[in-house]
Amino acid sequence: MIRIDSSIHLFIESTNQCFNESILMKPSPVTPNPATAYGASARRWNWRRALAPTGNAGDAIFRGLLFLAALLLLVIVGAMVGSMASNSALSLKRFGFGFLTGQTWNPVRDEFGALPFIYGTVMSSLIALFIAVPLSLGVAIFLVEQAPRRLARPIAFLVELLAAIPSVVYGLWGIFVLAPVLREYVEPPLARWLGWLPLFQGTVTGIGLLTGGVILAIMITPIITAVVRDVLTAVPVSQREAALALGATKWETTRVVLANAASGIAGAIILGLGRAIGETMAVTMVIGNRPKISASLFEPSYTIASVIANEFTEATDDLYLSALVEIGLILFLVTFIVNGIAKLLVWSVTRGTSGTARAT
Amino acid sequence: MSFSQKNSRAISALLCVAMLSLFLSGCSGERVGGGALPGGGNAGDSGGAIRLQGAGATFPNPLYQKWLSEYGKLNPNVRIDYQSIGSGGGIKQIQAQTVDFGASDAPMTDDEIRKSPGELLHVPTVLGAVVLTYNLQGVEQPLKFSPEVIADIFLGKIKRWDDARIKADNAGASLPAADITVVHRSDGSGTTAVFTDYLSKVSPEWKEKVGADKSPQWPTGQGGKGNEGVTGQIKQQPNTIGYVELAYAVQNRLPVAHIKNSAGNFVEPSIDAVTAAAAATTSSLPEDLRTSITNPTGADAYPIASYTYILAYKEQKDAAKGKALVDFLWWGIHDGERFAKDLQYAPLPADVVKRAEAKINSITSGGKTLRAAQ
Repeated sequence: MIRIDSSIHLFIESTNQCFNESILMKPSPVTPNPATAYGASARRWNWRRALAPTGNAGDAIFRGLLFLAALLLLVIVGAMVGSMASNSALSLKRFGFGFLTGQTWNPVRDEFGALPFIYGTVMSSLIALFIAVPLSLGVAIFLVEQAPRRLARPIAFLVELLAAIPSVVYGLWGIFVLAPVLREYVEPPLARWLGWLPLFQGTVTGIGLLTGGVILAIMITPIITAVVRDVLTAVPVSQREAALALGATKWETTRVVLANAASGIAGAIILGLGRAIGETMAVTMVIGNRPKISASLFEPSYTIASVIANEFTEATDDLYLSALVEIGLILFLVTFIVNGIAKLLVWSVTRGTSGTARAT
Repeated sequence: MSFSQKNSRAISALLCVAMLSLFLSGCSGERVGGGALPGGGNAGDSGGAIRLQGAGATFPNPLYQKWLSEYGKLNPNVRIDYQSIGSGGGIKQIQAQTVDFGASDAPMTDDEIRKSPGELLHVPTVLGAVVLTYNLQGVEQPLKFSPEVIADIFLGKIKRWDDARIKADNAGASLPAADITVVHRSDGSGTTAVFTDYLSKVSPEWKEKVGADKSPQWPTGQGGKGNEGVTGQIKQQPNTIGYVELAYAVQNRLPVAHIKNSAGNFVEPSIDAVTAAAAATTSSLPEDLRTSITNPTGADAYPIASYTYILAYKEQKDAAKGKALVDFLWWGIHDGERFAKDLQYAPLPADVVKRAEAKINSITSGGKTLRAAQ
């Protein structure tokens, strides 16, 4: 997490050596040439120096391979956007920008609008963050700052185990356990105490936007927790010692640590948000799959990923298929925009502080 | 030289080998079953294994898998694979000619047939039915529904379980004074197509407002993914109603409703009642066998049923593979039918088997009939 540049550098050097020896079957005469493209100024990639012969064929080949790998990533992203745009041409032409604001999704009459799905995706992700962020921060802080090692290890292990459960299992568990629990014990009190808010009105069924958000929260908690834990661990012990030496309490020390880890924590949250937006199976099983925007969190909703998973296999009509591809393109854009906003937030948070721990 | 250095050398060498082999396999990956023997009119007997690929409907998948394993035992030199990717996918794949046969619950539309590169035949294999299931505490007797009541429940017009019109069909049942929660399939599905086709026939309002489709715009309710999703949501929420496949309901012992057919009888969904629905409509079966048998006329007929079809090109490009396909289909609609009942599918009525035979007999390759060439 920290000192990424220097560790990469080390890695490259050691890999170069092995690469030379094994591929070219000749022993490396001296230590690898230190004048790599990273050279003296570690941060600036120098094209000319990168491609200039270093007198070491292995270096050139290895660098070429790495460059190809990086290029391939760009090509893949470009190709995805390109092919999605061309496959959704029919729908793009037919609906134009109206697709983004349309609220009808009716394959029988060939009317398609994406707004209910965008709303469902964004809302369910927000609910998930609302629940998961405080929870994960709490768990991570406890694990790093408070818990005795004997307790921290098994809890950390369990958190990682949660991350490994397939999402369809979460979905089934959501239907059979979470939805009834929410229906019986959580939603009725919400309706009673907060029913004056439009968010908590309507029939309580256990299947709907709230349940979708809660299951997402459970799914992203382990990811956020694991990353935040790493980030907190990376904050130098000297910071804590300094705070304690100045007479800070445990809570005040934790605040110092958190301030130093702010950008890393924000990165962890972005990571969780990314997963929440794209999550398909578990949400599909509990959200109710109804393309309608309603103020209440108890009402069924629909997400972009769910509608694609649900309807893609049986969409035979050209315009229908095209509309589904376009909604996939919108998911791409939504992810892009949300990530952009999150990056801006990180930037605005960390502008003033000179953090030592970096996660993203 | 230290141990770790040796180790990392070995690892990087391994990595390179792995990458190389990936590249190579990527280039030489040859399509299985793509290059059959050219012009081998009777290559099927030559001992070389013939491979057929099929894809399509998920609903008949358990039966087709049973067929494939049973048929494979009888004909070890023919290997058939079936992928249950959904009816829509089956139609797309057979149109693209990436499979040797497709499968679909709903017959292809005129538009889809027009877009196909050759004449496609519909060979019916078995029948399935859609049943209404519900979760009502304290209701022991199976509920009874009239067609208009079902349509109005799914239209959201009948909102309460103690509605007078539901009560009228269920004298004596203790219906709760509660809201009805409708659960429907959220994924595009042949089951939904059959159910909405039925509703379109019995309710002009449904036909006008919603229509028949694999994924229509539902006026009310919540969606569950797959039969298991719908069942899960119904089981977990009181006062719900939804529809699933007959086979699924029987296997999971769900409560199922009796439905009033066009003769005015309340019919319990069963395999025999489904075959009766097919038998009642054989006289009006069109030449290409593409038909809907919902809301039939027979006195014992269950009204929400449908055929499921295998789709094959009338003119087969490869005679050997065509012959294998024809033999398999022939075996399926004769010997294969006896596996149907155990798996909760309704076998074809005898008249329909005759009509399907004619279809199979009409399959040719290079102008020669494949079935008669035996």
